[in-house]
Amino acid sequence: MNKTIFAKILRSRSALAGLTLVIFFAAVAALTPVICPPQNYNPYQVPQAGYNVAPVPPNAQNIFGTTESQYDIFYAVVWGARMAFKVGISVVFFALVLGIIIGGTAAYAGGWVDEILMRITDIIFAIPGMVLAMVIAALLGPEIKNMIIALTAVSWPSYARLIRGDILSVKQRDFVAAARVYGASGPRIFLKHILPNSIYPSIIVASLDIGYIVLTASSLSFLGLGSPPGTADWGQLVAMSRNWILGTAQNPLAYAHAILIPGGALFLFVLGWNLLGDALRDILDPRQS
Amino acid sequence: MLKFILRRLMLLPLVMLGATFLLFALTQTLSPVRRAALYIEDPRQMGSLDEVIQKYGLNDSVFKQYSRWLGNAFKGELGYSPTANMPVADAVKQYLPATIELAVVTMALVIFFGIWLGVLAAVNKSRWQDYLIRLFSVSTFSIPIFVLGLVLLMFFYGKLGWFAPGRYSFTSDIIIHGPGFTNYTGLLVIDSLLNLNFYVFFDALRHLVLPAITLCAGSFALMIRVMRSSMLEELGKDYVRAARAKGLKESAVTFKHAGKNAIIPVITLSGIQFVRLLGGTVIVETIFNFPGIGSFGVNCAQQLDIAGILGFACVVAFLFVLGNLAADILYTFFDPRIRYE
Repeated sequence: MNKTIFAKILRSRSALAGLTLVIFFAAVAALTPVICPPQNYNPYQVPQAGYNVAPVPPNAQNIFGTTESQYDIFYAVVWGARMAFKVGISVVFFALVLGIIIGGTAAYAGGWVDEILMRITDIIFAIPGMVLAMVIAALLGPEIKNMIIALTAVSWPSYARLIRGDILSVKQRDFVAAARVYGASGPRIFLKHILPNSIYPSIIVASLDIGYIVLTASSLSFLGLGSPPGTADWGQLVAMSRNWILGTAQNPLAYAHAILIPGGALFLFVLGWNLLGDALRDILDPRQS
Repeated sequence: MLKFILRRLMLLPLVMLGATFLLFALTQTLSPVRRAALYIEDPRQMGSLDEVIQKYGLNDSVFKQYSRWLGNAFKGELGYSPTANMPVADAVKQYLPATIELAVVTMALVIFFGIWLGVLAAVNKSRWQDYLIRLFSVSTFSIPIFVLGLVLLMFFYGKLGWFAPGRYSFTSDIIIHGPGFTNYTGLLVIDSLLNLNFYVFFDALRHLVLPAITLCAGSFALMIRVMRSSMLEELGKDYVRAARAKGLKESAVTFKHAGKNAIIPVITLSGIQFVRLLGGTVIVETIFNFPGIGSFGVNCAQQLDIAGILGFACVVAFLFVLGNLAADILYTFFDPRIRYE
C-alpha cells in the first residue's frame, strides 16, 4: 500500500478506529483454535451445554451465556468471526475473479460481446441483491457453500462494470499506444499492460465490501436461508434469540444477552469495515485535498 | 430528455423479460421430481409423481416452460402458493399495499431527518454537532437491521409494551373485516381515514412506528452525507455571501437560499433510496410479523414454494426497475447539467 495513504489513515481518528476493529477481528479469526479449541468434528458446529431450551445468562462456565438450546455464545461468537472472514473473503475473491474475467472480456472484445455481457449485468441489477441472493440460497438449500455461491452471484456484476470502465479508460492511455507501436501482440498488451493498471482500484473497492457482504450473509442466515442450524454464524445466533425477546415476567430483559452479544459482534465488525472504507474513500478522492 | 425517457421505457420490457427468465431458469435447477413433489399434499399420492410431471410438462425445455409461465403471467395467473394458501396473484394483491405503506412512511422519515441532520452537520462543519451526526450516520449504516429491529422490539414491546408487532391489533382486525369497513386502497392508514375510523388509523400508525424506524437505519447515512456535502457546496457560493452581506438572518440564508438549491440531489437520491428499501422490507417485515410482500417472499423461500418465490421476486424486480427509471427521470428533470443522448 502507498506510504502516504497509510500515513493518512493513521492520522484520521475514524480510520484508525476502523482499522483497529478490523485488525482485532482478524486476530480473533486467526487465533480462533487457540482461543476456543474445537470440540466437534466440524469446528464450526457450536457445542451445546445441555438440553434446556431457554437461554442462560453469562456465568462462570459460559462467560457469554448460552442461547436457545444451550449453544455456547462465546464459542459461537469467536468461531463466528472466523466464519465471517471465511465468507467475506471467499465471496470477494470469487466475485472479483468473475468480475475481472467478464468485465475484462467485455472491454477487450467490445462490440456485440460487450453489449451482451453488459445487458446480462443489467438484468442482474434489475433484481434487488438481497432478493436474488434469497432466491438462489433458498433453491440451493441452507449450506455455507450455497450462501457463498448466492452472494457471489449477486456481487460480481458491479465489479465487472467497474473493471470494464477502468480498462476502457486505461486503453486510451499513451503507454498502451506505445506498446502497440512497439509491436506487442493484443493479448500481451491486455495482460501485461492494461489489466495490471486497471484492476487495483477494483481490488481495493472489493476488499472494503467485506463488511457489507458479511452483513448480507448474516441476513440470509437470520432468515434461515444461510448456514445450517447450529453453525457458528452471527446472523444465525441472532435468529435463535428471536423467540426470546420477551424475557420473563419478573425481568423483561432476561435474555437480552442472547441478542446483544452476537448482534454487537456483527455491528462492530461491519462498523470497522465501514469506517475504514469511508476514510479511504475520502483519502483517495482527489477533490477532498 | 423525452428521447431518453422513451428509450428507457422501451428497454423496460426487455430487462423485465431477462430478469423473469433468469429467475425462472434458477427454479429449474431443482429436478422435475422435486418440483412435482410440491403439488403433492399427501404421501399416498406419491405414486402419481410421474403423472404430475407429465401433466404440467415439468420435463420440457426451460424455454418451453418459461413461455408457458409467461403466457399465464400476462393473463394475471402466477400459479398457486401453498404457503399463502391462495393464488400468488391474490397474495401479491393482498400483501403489496402493506409494504408500500411501510416504505412510504419510512421514506418520509428518512427524507425529513436526513435533510435536517444534513443541514445541521453542514452549518456546524467540524464542530461537535458535525462529528456527532457523522458518527450517528456511520453507526446506523453499520447496524444490522435485524439486530436493531429485535432490540427495539425487546425494549418497546417486551419491557415497555408500547408497540406490538403485526400490522394491527386484534380489535382493529375485527373492525377491518367486519361490516361497514370498505377496503378502498389496501393502505390501512388511508382506508381508515376514508372510513372515518380513527381507532384503526392510530392503531395502524402505531404498528408502523417500529418497523419504519428500523427500516430507516440503513438509508439515513447516505441521505445525511449527500445533504451535508451539497449544503457545504452551496454555502461556499457567491450568492450566499451576497445574501449575508445584505444583512439577512443566518436562518434565512441557510433555509431560503442555500437549502433550496442544496436539496436537489436529495430529491433524486430519495427515488433511489425508496427502491433500495424494497430489499430491506424483506427482513423488517419478517421481524415484526408485518404481513407485507417481503415476509410473504421469505415464507415462500423457507417452504421452497416455487410459484410463490417466482411471483414475489418478479413483482419486486418490476417495482425495482420502475423505481430506478423514475429516479433517473427525476435526475434529468432536476439536474439540467445531465443529458442522456
